[in-house]
Amino acid sequence: MSDSIAIELRDVVKRFGDVVAVDHVNLQIRDGEFFSLLGPSGCGKTSSLRMIAGFELPTSGSIIIHGREMGITPPHQRPVNTVFQSYALFPHMTVAQNVAFGLEMRKTPKNEIARRVQEALDLVRLSGLEERRPRQLSGGQQQRVALARALVNHPEVLLLDEPLGALDQKLRKEMQLELKSLQVRVGITFVFVTHDQEEALTMSDRIAVMNKGKILQVGTPTEIYERPNCRFVADFIGETNFIDGVVIGRDGNYTVLETPEGLRFRGLAARPLSDGTSVTYSIRPEKVRLLTPDGALPPDGLAGTVMSVNYIGSDTRITVRINDRRIIDVWEQNTRSTLDRNEYWQPGEAAVIVCPPDNALVLSE
Amino acid sequence: MATLQQQQQGRDRIRLALLLTPGLLWLVLFFALPLVIIFVYSFMTNDALGRVVYQPTLDNYITVFTQSLYINAYWRSIWTSVLTTVICLLIGYPLAVFIARSPQQWRMPLLMLILIPFWTNFLVRIYAWQIILANNGIINGFLELIGVGRLPLLNNEGATLIGLIYGELPFMVLPLYAAIDRFDFTLMEAAADLGANKIQAFLRIMLPMTMPGIVAGSVLVFIPTLGQFVVSELLGGAKVDYLGNLIQRLFLRANPINWPLGSAMAVLMMIVLLVLIMLYFRATTEEER
Repeated sequence: MSDSIAIELRDVVKRFGDVVAVDHVNLQIRDGEFFSLLGPSGCGKTSSLRMIAGFELPTSGSIIIHGREMGITPPHQRPVNTVFQSYALFPHMTVAQNVAFGLEMRKTPKNEIARRVQEALDLVRLSGLEERRPRQLSGGQQQRVALARALVNHPEVLLLDEPLGALDQKLRKEMQLELKSLQVRVGITFVFVTHDQEEALTMSDRIAVMNKGKILQVGTPTEIYERPNCRFVADFIGETNFIDGVVIGRDGNYTVLETPEGLRFRGLAARPLSDGTSVTYSIRPEKVRLLTPDGALPPDGLAGTVMSVNYIGSDTRITVRINDRRIIDVWEQNTRSTLDRNEYWQPGEAAVIVCPPDNALVLSE
Repeated sequence: MATLQQQQQGRDRIRLALLLTPGLLWLVLFFALPLVIIFVYSFMTNDALGRVVYQPTLDNYITVFTQSLYINAYWRSIWTSVLTTVICLLIGYPLAVFIARSPQQWRMPLLMLILIPFWTNFLVRIYAWQIILANNGIINGFLELIGVGRLPLLNNEGATLIGLIYGELPFMVLPLYAAIDRFDFTLMEAAADLGANKIQAFLRIMLPMTMPGIVAGSVLVFIPTLGQFVVSELLGGAKVDYLGNLIQRLFLRANPINWPLGSAMAVLMMIVLLVLIMLYFRATTEEER
């Protein structure tokens, strides 16, 4: 991965009538990067992708691909290719004809077309199906044809619009890994649009989390998951416990907040916050530790009662009530293989939860 | 003892026969039988009073193939039908695209606008065109007003063509609309994405994929146009003979009337249609094979 910029969005705005789909977005996607645009439907991620491809033009702002300002360059003259959500394979053409289409449009010599089509089909492990029509293929195979059809052109950037959305869960997981390894092999910049946070975390080098047309945070999967910069990102990526409170001071590296009922929590804040600021405390369920009470409470410990215990195979998910209003989710990994129910917590049992401050965040706004 | 499955099959067969009988009867009585009669008549002779004499001959076919009056009528009708079909296609395709690409709530009203003329009798609408095209008609009135002067718009082959295009256009637009409405325009984006300009994308993707609509529309326009006689009589002024005019005259108004010759013309017209349509299907469906 080099540091040169493949795609830059400068203050891009897209309006559809009164609706602002993309709201002053600034973004730099590096060369060779697997970059995901992640967000709920209607967040502007697909509009952004379509503007890069040239299907839509920005209302204002500019899109720069490898240093070239795109302006009103039509899609067929842009150095990018797209894998569509619906695949958009040409139904009246064979697999080979579909894959050859882009090369034919670029007036590639016949024998080179044949060679590169074969290469592309090998790359996606589809050789042998050249003469099939798209409708004779399974969903996963169609998806590979769409990939081959785009990659055969050696685009500078490959745009993927929720390409795994139509596949079933198992195939999805397979394709995630395959796509990622494919990207590493061909070394092309991938811009991947998805609403599936797990998919984005699994595959991406970096992720931009979008909501309501704005980019909220850009970072590596670990940064996005471990250090979300706002409540929306913390909520959208993975699961978390939120506790609202007010900053009452600092304790070394940690910011201390107090809830209306007087509970105190310590966590990391992205920037210094003055006392009295309304904040949200966030701790992920797998970071909370659950202990058997033995007299004195440990630091950052709170006494509570186990409410429910759900065994889900890899984890046991426990809800703990700490007072009339507050319930904390705790996930414990099932590290031991046992059928003994007593290995797990029991509803009604007294317990102490510990929220390690290094694993907790204090989010402002 | 028949198995349950055989009993079931037997019952299904009876049901099928009952359901098909009315349609079959209709086809035999009103399609096959008249066709056979026409075919047989075309090999018969005519007497001075216009009666069919049962005396087998090939004379009728020889007449059609040797007399320029008849041969010219074939060429004129075929040429006019081709022209009508092509022009209807050129007008109808963009129109159908426009309707199919309109917002959902506009599509039905727009299609209704195409269909509304059908609520009026065809003859009445053709008479309306007389009023529009006449020497002292609406267009000439306007042309005179702006100083161009009157033009001979009515009673010529151009007027016939206008009337035919006007009358047949809906039969072109409706199947085209059905085909284009089914067409996924994401495919055009995919083509553009792969480096195709608008024209290439249309020729390589949209045209082949909407070909069934083009074929259906063309056939629906071509067939009735080949045999028409009303438009050429009312707008063309019956100055030149089209196939339909000749056949109609031979059957009803010639002195003496000549059913055998008329039948021979009709049979040949059917053969011409079959051949042309077969060629057309072959030319347009090549992509699929």
